[in-house]
Amino acid sequence: MLNEGVHTSELLRLIPLFPLAAAVFHGVMIGLLRRPLPRAGVIAVSCGAVLLSFGVAILALGELLSYPVESRVLVDDLYTWVGAGRFVAEASLLFDPLSAVMSLVVTGVGALIHVYSIGYMDDDERDDKGFQRFFCYLNLFMFSMLMLVLGDNLLVLFLGWEGVGLCSYLLIGFWYGDEWNAYCGSKAFIVNRIGDFGFLVGIFVLFAALAQVGHPTVEFREIQTAIGLLADRTVAMPWGGEWKLLTLVGVCFFVGACGKSAQIPLYVWLPDAMAGPTPVSALIHAATMVTAGVYMVCRMSFLYAAAPGASAVVAWTGALTALVAATIAVAQTDIKKVLAYSTVSQLGYMFVAAGCGGYSAAIFHLGTHAFFKALLFLGSGAVILAMHHEQDTDKMGGLARYIPKTHRVFGVGVLAISGFPLLSGFFSKDEILLSAFAAEQIPGHLWLYGIGLGTAVLTAFYMFRVHFRTFYGECRAPAELRSHIHEPANTVMYPLYVLAALSVVAGLLSPPQLWGDLLGIARSNSLHHFLEPALSRGAVHTVEHSVEWLLVALAVSAFVVGAGLAWWMYVRSPEIPGRIRERAAGLYRAVANKYWVDELYDTVLVHPLVAVSDRVLYRGIDAAGIDGVVNGSAAAVRALAARGLKYAQTGLTQSYLFFMIVGALAMLGWMLRSS
Amino acid sequence: MSIQLALFYFFAAVAVGSALAMVLNLRNTVASAMSLVITMVSLAAVYVLMDAFLVGALQIMVYGGAIVVLFVFVVMLLNLRQDDFPPPRQRFVKALGTLLVLFALGKLVAAVPGALPEAVARLPEGFGGYRDVGTALFTRFLLPFEATSLLLLAALVGAVVLAKRRLD
Amino acid sequence: MDLVVDLSVVLFAIGVVGALVRRNVIVILMSVELMLNAVNLAFVAFSRMHGNNDGHVFVLIVITVAAAEVAVGLGIVISLFRNRDTVNVDDVSLLKW
Repeated sequence: MLNEGVHTSELLRLIPLFPLAAAVFHGVMIGLLRRPLPRAGVIAVSCGAVLLSFGVAILALGELLSYPVESRVLVDDLYTWVGAGRFVAEASLLFDPLSAVMSLVVTGVGALIHVYSIGYMDDDERDDKGFQRFFCYLNLFMFSMLMLVLGDNLLVLFLGWEGVGLCSYLLIGFWYGDEWNAYCGSKAFIVNRIGDFGFLVGIFVLFAALAQVGHPTVEFREIQTAIGLLADRTVAMPWGGEWKLLTLVGVCFFVGACGKSAQIPLYVWLPDAMAGPTPVSALIHAATMVTAGVYMVCRMSFLYAAAPGASAVVAWTGALTALVAATIAVAQTDIKKVLAYSTVSQLGYMFVAAGCGGYSAAIFHLGTHAFFKALLFLGSGAVILAMHHEQDTDKMGGLARYIPKTHRVFGVGVLAISGFPLLSGFFSKDEILLSAFAAEQIPGHLWLYGIGLGTAVLTAFYMFRVHFRTFYGECRAPAELRSHIHEPANTVMYPLYVLAALSVVAGLLSPPQLWGDLLGIARSNSLHHFLEPALSRGAVHTVEHSVEWLLVALAVSAFVVGAGLAWWMYVRSPEIPGRIRERAAGLYRAVANKYWVDELYDTVLVHPLVAVSDRVLYRGIDAAGIDGVVNGSAAAVRALAARGLKYAQTGLTQSYLFFMIVGALAMLGWMLRSS
Repeated sequence: MSIQLALFYFFAAVAVGSALAMVLNLRNTVASAMSLVITMVSLAAVYVLMDAFLVGALQIMVYGGAIVVLFVFVVMLLNLRQDDFPPPRQRFVKALGTLLVLFALGKLVAAVPGALPEAVARLPEGFGGYRDVGTALFTRFLLPFEATSLLLLAALVGAVVLAKRRLD
Repeated sequence: MDLVVDLSVVLFAIGVVGALVRRNVIVILMSVELMLNAVNLAFVAFSRMHGNNDGHVFVLIVITVAAAEVAVGLGIVISLFRNRDTVNVDDVSLLKW
């Protein structure tokens, strides 16, 4: 274990501990004792736990900042988890600038969403058990996510990785009475698992290689020091050809990230995950769980910096995902589905940055996206609540009159994500596009930039589209519903206000140096500098200031084009969408049906697998084969006894005596055989 | 041929003969019992010939005087006649069993000569007498002795229970 | 000494055959007694061979056991006769399959 320049802190274990304790408490209450707590108690326990975690995270940050830049690493060793010969894996927590940012985002946004859920889930007419169960799962999720981001080695990270997958399943299928919800939960879990398999393969390959060069370890810091030894190793692929070992590992890890962070081809679970309650969508599928993949790539930035092939894969996959998801979002009518595809698209952006070496840009966007996407999801939740669980924008419209506060906060989110100048999304998106533009080590990086810019246009377009369709124009809701539309409770609105504020100012806290130079502030890019010791440099090529300003101008024009187009199509001349739908019917259908990817997977993968599983494995091998053998052997014994052995029971004393004599003589003969 | 050997042959023949008579007698159960007594007594004689005095005495007293008496009591009590029994069952099994036993008998008898070690030349003082046997019984074999007494208790209880008339 | 053991084996064999062949329960019991006697004879013979009294003690115990067994066995026969009015062992085959 590396211990120079490292400080220990017993604070760290408290961060995941509070949510875990709350989750266990709820679990015992509901599962073991079967005495649900009244709502106030549940709120106190769960929200209190998360707020405490947030507080401790702030304290830990304070402690971190008190150290000089070179030694900003806090470690908390819990216990030795695996001890097998030379391989030792500790269960220990790491708090460096990267995990600090992550844990603050997770606990902060998590706490806000916990508060929001008080109001959102209160609407639920079910008994208190459901309420408590929800918070139990939420707390468990917080624990897993915190273990993921605070883990000191790949094993602890993977523990959290699996844990969030589980909690995602539990929460998506929360209203499990409806079979569709359960199906969506299963789909999320299974697709995640596929990614996890790739992740595991990567871990194994990496570990095996490290062990071969004498460093059998899974600890991040140790891997980082030893990674240079693996720079030249290659692996022979089963389809011929040789890959660099580090590229293989990077790609395998990225497969895991694709599963968790919903990139092509494993993104299909995220839109269906909207079947869960809206706070779940906000927390897990916008702000935290899906960002785990991005975190993992950045945590392993030293590996990706040394494996340009893998980085290229990451960047291009991210870009394509961003574009494709954005095109699908353009045609969706369910408000949550639009946001889901938007999340997929924005995650693609983060991977573009990570692939191009702009790791801090990726984390920056991760943070700002957490703010405004959570805001948007929670806002849509408020709309849904107001509309009495109606989610189709076709039935909305003109809601600005009925729910003005919701309209305003939602609008802030829309502006932020579209890149309105000086809002948080503007800065973070700019950094990403800049890193793509400057990444000369990635083949076709200018195309990457172009895709990113085009996606920005689409992003502004579909976000404003949804905004206009929901809040502007005439209200398409049925009349009796209209009278019941009102603003949600304060516990619902307050987190929205906080998130709106964060969406506005977060960018101003760490604007790129470009702006800092404008205002005469040195090192304005505070987040980037803060994260620097934890992330790899990447192959950063600097760009001239004039070019940078050009890129900024292009980004602003993207916003103008997208928003303007949406305004023209949905406010000014609302008949246009209908006409486009008629003219380009085929294209519209393809996009609205999400390019039939789910259907493709279904026919090619799911149905054959299920058919094999059912007919071959279940009926053939299990029922006929194994059961046949087991039942058959029992039946055979029974037949033997019934048809053969029972005739020995004659009831006659002397025949029994005969058998005894035979037996005795046989034994006697055996014992005397030598003589 | 010493007198001992002659006496042995005589008594052995008597024993075997009366044993056969007991087994092969098909007419009279009491006659079988009597044959059994004769076998017991001749065996007692053989015991005495082998210097097992206590055992020989007890053989006559217990076996001849109690056990066979018990048999005769029961036969009398049940008033058995040799009625026509139905033809025997499982004749094949019985025949086979008999043959097996005879075969084993032959093998054992053939195996005996030379298989046994030499007899001790001089017997210890008091061999077979009540004093030595009694001492052994109450010291070295105390546990089997006590266990046997428990067995007798069990038999006693069992016999009483079996013989009782039903309590209707 | 060999002869004594031969005698013992012969008597034992006769007892076994008797138990196997005869149908009268009482005769079967008597055959069992014969077998026990044969064993006693063997014990005495071996004891004489070793010059040891231990065999005699065992004989005493065997006699005791035989007595107990006869008592109970005849009790069973009496019960049997009371219930079934037969002492033919072939008639008591209710445990047949």
